[in-house]
Amino acid sequence: MAWNEPGDGKDRDPWGGRGRDQGPPDLDDALRKLQAQLAGIFGGRGGSGGGSGSGGVAINPRILAIGIVVVLLVYGFAGFYQVDEGERAVVFRFGAVQDDIIMPGLHWYPNFVDGVRKVNVTRVNSKKHQALMLTEDENIVDVTVTVQYVIDNVKDYVVNVRDPEVSLEHALESALRHVVGSMKMDEVITEGRAAIADEVAERVQTYTNNYGTGILISKVNIDQSVPPKQVVDSFNDVQRAKEDEARVINEAKAYSEGVIPEARGDAQKQIQQATAYRDQVIARAEGDAQRFNKLLAEYSQAKRITRDRLYIDAMESVLSNSSKVLIDVKGGNNLMYLPLDRIIQQGAAGDAEETRTTGESIVRDASERVNSVRRSNR
Amino acid sequence: MRNIVIVVVLALVALLALDGVFVVHQTERAVLLRFGAVTTADVAPGLHFKLPIADDVKKTDARVLTLDSPTEVFYTLEKKPLMVDAFAKWRVEDVSKYYTATQFDEQRADRLLAERVNEGLRNQISRRVMHEVVSGQRDALMEELTKDLDSFMRRDVGVRVIDVRVKRIDLPAEVSSAVFDRMNSERQILARQFRATGRERALEVRANADREVLVISAEAYREGEQLRGDGDAKSAATYAAAYGRDPEFYQFYRSINAYASVFGSKGDLLVIDPNSEFFKFLKDSGG
Repeated sequence: MAWNEPGDGKDRDPWGGRGRDQGPPDLDDALRKLQAQLAGIFGGRGGSGGGSGSGGVAINPRILAIGIVVVLLVYGFAGFYQVDEGERAVVFRFGAVQDDIIMPGLHWYPNFVDGVRKVNVTRVNSKKHQALMLTEDENIVDVTVTVQYVIDNVKDYVVNVRDPEVSLEHALESALRHVVGSMKMDEVITEGRAAIADEVAERVQTYTNNYGTGILISKVNIDQSVPPKQVVDSFNDVQRAKEDEARVINEAKAYSEGVIPEARGDAQKQIQQATAYRDQVIARAEGDAQRFNKLLAEYSQAKRITRDRLYIDAMESVLSNSSKVLIDVKGGNNLMYLPLDRIIQQGAAGDAEETRTTGESIVRDASERVNSVRRSNR
Repeated sequence: MRNIVIVVVLALVALLALDGVFVVHQTERAVLLRFGAVTTADVAPGLHFKLPIADDVKKTDARVLTLDSPTEVFYTLEKKPLMVDAFAKWRVEDVSKYYTATQFDEQRADRLLAERVNEGLRNQISRRVMHEVVSGQRDALMEELTKDLDSFMRRDVGVRVIDVRVKRIDLPAEVSSAVFDRMNSERQILARQFRATGRERALEVRANADREVLVISAEAYREGEQLRGDGDAKSAATYAAAYGRDPEFYQFYRSINAYASVFGSKGDLLVIDPNSEFFKFLKDSGG
């Protein structure tokens, strides 16, 4: 990391960030300037004392004065620096860190004496880490984590640790593996993510505090925690199996919801039919009984007549509707040929037309006739 | 000529004077040596003076440094290989001891520490089973290791070990593939369980439904037959009450009705003897 990375990149530190690496050139610079100044002083004295033109390089005192003023002006202007909003600066005096943190604004520092290091303290930085790692139940998961952080303590950040960001990466990796290593795989890939993030954040903060990085962890986010690609098919199949389970159960429930109401409906139908039968037979019985009772009432008034009439009516109906053969042979064993099958066939053929006119049940209007008989009897 | 001599002499004086000044940065620690021997052990940050030529200043990094040790294979108590990648955080504590031990050669300190870290990890891991290394005991393991290393490095090298941590604990590739196989088979079992449970529950639900259907239908049958029976009983009672008033007439009445309904079509052939009651007037008007 560059010494001045969070600042504007200009190296304002005369002793250089890596001390050892950059010290000498600056010292040389200073030396050269000193020599020049010394030479100037000599020249000046020579000039004033040696009006007779004794040796040495004669330098006009006015030019010398202008030179000094120019050098001072350049030195003065070179010392201005700006700390932007969102930045803080730390001043090193002869390398020793000063207590005051420089706030945003225009400032001046004496070159060669002080060095300034600017750091952005409001920008939220982030680091991402992705790796396969072991879980507590000795499974392997693929976890991607992002940590967001800001630089909280500028002095610590600048002074304490050689590579604060690298230290943060190490801390993140270690903490993540530790936390994932203490959890079961199912937890890691499902509802455990938030817990992982919290614990990782806590651990990373503890570690980096321990190193004194001056970094404040603002958020740790588990972007992804999935089974590695070698086993991802099996994991997906488990998901599918869960859905299959739910699906067949639902199908069965649908079946159940379909057949039971139908059965209930069917049961209602049976009961209704049975009720109808009951009501029907009762009604019929009552009807039949009433009819019989009424007929009986008339019958008991004129027994012989009614009985005969009923009998004759019935026989009439029977005989008129059916084929008949009247045989008046007595005592003989004469052989008689009756083509019974032909007679039946003929009868059946004619039946269709005749039944309608003659096939009325005599019983149906028997009571009517009984009534007429009774009337005639009177 | 005289001027040139003066300039050269002055330049030399200036150089010497500059050699008498040195700066120690906040991120550095320095020792001051006089003819190679340490005179000031830990020079504070800032501007300092020393004797030119006779004194020498050596500097080293004062910040927390990282040792990132390469991945090594260690064996757990049950002889399972683990690929472990650790890092250590350290900083110079006792500058003169550190100078004596390493001449401020950071790589030398790194090597020393790396050997120790490796040895410590090997010891700690070989005493534990894999499960302990991977999970719960990581903290304990690391604390112990850090303490051991710290006391050793402090005593011998003048270095404080702040933290030793394991970054990665992984299984070697061939073991990993075995783990993947196991994970696959575990998931297959799980998938099968889910599917079988689904079928089990589905069969149960269907069987329950079928049972319920049968029960409903049987109960309906029972109720229906009761209703029919009620009807039959009631009608039988009604008939009996009516017909019981004149059983003989009922017999007659019912019989002639039956004759009429039995012999209702031309297909019925009656072969009749005219000597019956019905035909008694057929031959003789007097009967």
